[in-house]
Amino acid sequence: MNSKNVMRLMVGFYIVLFFGYLFGPLIMMGAAAFNESPFPQVSPWEGFTMKWFGQLAQDEQMIEGITNSLVIGVGVVSLSVPISLAAAIMIGQIYERVRPYYYVIVVSPVLTPGVILGISTLVFWDRLGVLAEAEYESIFYDGMFLTIVGQSTFISAYCMLVFMARLQRFDRTQEEAALDLGATHVQVFWKILVPFLRPAIFSAAVLAFLTSFENYNTTVFTIQAESTLTTVLAGKVRMGTQPDLSALAVIIITITLIGAVTYEIVRRREMAREEAAREEAMRADQQIDKTITAKPLAASA
Amino acid sequence: MSDFIVLFLAVLLALLIKPFAEKHAQAIWSGISSIHFVQRNGVVLSAYLIFSVLAWAIFMIILPQLYMVDFSFRHNLPFNEVGGPGDTWTLDNYQYLLFGREGDTEAMNWLHLKVFFKTILVSALVTLFDLAICYPIAYYMGQVAVGGKARLMFLCLLIPFWVNEILRAFAFRILFGTSGVINSVLIGTGVIDEGIDFLRADVGLYAGLSYAYILLMIFPLYNAIESLDHNQVEAARDLGSPWWRIHLRVVVPHAKPGIASGSTMVFMLTAGALAAPQILGGPSSLWFTQIIYDWFFTGLNWPQGSAYAFVLLATCIVFVMTIMRIFNVRFGEIAK
Repeated sequence: MNSKNVMRLMVGFYIVLFFGYLFGPLIMMGAAAFNESPFPQVSPWEGFTMKWFGQLAQDEQMIEGITNSLVIGVGVVSLSVPISLAAAIMIGQIYERVRPYYYVIVVSPVLTPGVILGISTLVFWDRLGVLAEAEYESIFYDGMFLTIVGQSTFISAYCMLVFMARLQRFDRTQEEAALDLGATHVQVFWKILVPFLRPAIFSAAVLAFLTSFENYNTTVFTIQAESTLTTVLAGKVRMGTQPDLSALAVIIITITLIGAVTYEIVRRREMAREEAAREEAMRADQQIDKTITAKPLAASA
Repeated sequence: MSDFIVLFLAVLLALLIKPFAEKHAQAIWSGISSIHFVQRNGVVLSAYLIFSVLAWAIFMIILPQLYMVDFSFRHNLPFNEVGGPGDTWTLDNYQYLLFGREGDTEAMNWLHLKVFFKTILVSALVTLFDLAICYPIAYYMGQVAVGGKARLMFLCLLIPFWVNEILRAFAFRILFGTSGVINSVLIGTGVIDEGIDFLRADVGLYAGLSYAYILLMIFPLYNAIESLDHNQVEAARDLGSPWWRIHLRVVVPHAKPGIASGSTMVFMLTAGALAAPQILGGPSSLWFTQIIYDWFFTGLNWPQGSAYAFVLLATCIVFVMTIMRIFNVRFGEIAK
């Protein structure tokens, strides 16, 4: 019994250590945001201040980066959600023999380093621009456009995995029933498939936006003359270090925390509702079974 | 001028096709709608599905990669000579990675090759380290912890995952800097007298890299271990198996796809990391991605950069295939 307690203590110690490793650096960074010292550091503690937050709000470069990141995020969502939805639907319909090859192609961006996706996007559109003899101001050299396309390449693959997980539980008989009752294909798509996929669409959109917002490896190659939040941040961190970066980190972590918790709650509620609906349906089923089996009995009696 | 010709040809083509299309509209239409795929989805949806998937697969995945590979075999030409007589294929860019420029004092380009091998070796070690420290946590969450506790741990794991990669690296800079937290603690407790430059010694970089992608190891592991029926562990224990053999014979074989998936992701992301080396690397140390970055934006030699990028990509592909072979898993199981 004693050795069991020792074991439990060790496990507990390990878990504390692990989460300490996970959160320690973030907490230190957060603390540095409130230190009076002109360098982002925790010790020596020179007194509590909020001035770094004020300094942040006046940083025009940062504001421009954030604005661009938001625009790119929206662009990526509107490009990758429809693409990934189509790709996920396709996977169920494509010829059995082609399916593995198709799957390898569309999933490969997940396993490709981000820098390579950025480089290949940059090179490809540059070549196209040369072929089309395009002006330098044209879309082929536009940092924002290239970043949206480059990021969507792999974000679509992430979203596709989200849709595939949901589609696995889709009951095709619903679709067939609707078609039998005279619905058109488009109606079936909008009235049956899309409502069924709505939680997945929501998840995919959130995932796409957040992934886009924090992407650096692909963006740094495709963005060129423009800037996003991450490229501005990277430039600042490399140049030197000011506590306003810690202040920004505190803001981002707070937003993330709120976002993550809300997302989690929404998802859990959705799941609970679904669970309840399924139970309800099962109960109704049993009820029907009972009445069906009861009727002949009653008739014979 | 050429724009005009293209436009002219397009109009001509349209005029030629028009009578044909009008005459056979009925036939074309019924031909299209008799395809099984179109029958199943309807015309509008089929068009949407095919168009999106083709646009993605061809113009965003396949062609860019091919163009990058093609570009890596070309000379670095000024803008106006592209497509001219000098625009031929060459192996120079790959030769440079291996042997350096002609007339260099050393036979091999050790400066870049060393960085390349260091990147691969360190990435592999980081992957092993992450696997080692994540396995107990994943096992605890998947098999030991119950209900609310496991969910709370899961939520706690998600939060650092969504903090920006650059800010995560920045946090390590605060920890490991010469006047950073760790140095202050060590000096304060009297272990050392003078601050140690962890960043120059690459300690900060290795710690930061291990930290950066740790969650991509723990989630696949957790998913795999969680699906193991705990009765199997109980049965092994009842039959007298020591704890390490339970893991070796029962848990690890079941968690294979998760281990493969996590290892692949962590290796790929570490080898392809750019932000952490830029922020945490010492002044003299380099990461392979940094050399690629420099070819593109400092050296302005895109073909050379593409060649280096392709070498990195090929390495990652080899790594994925090796992992698949070792763990005997299929591609679909890795990319989940």
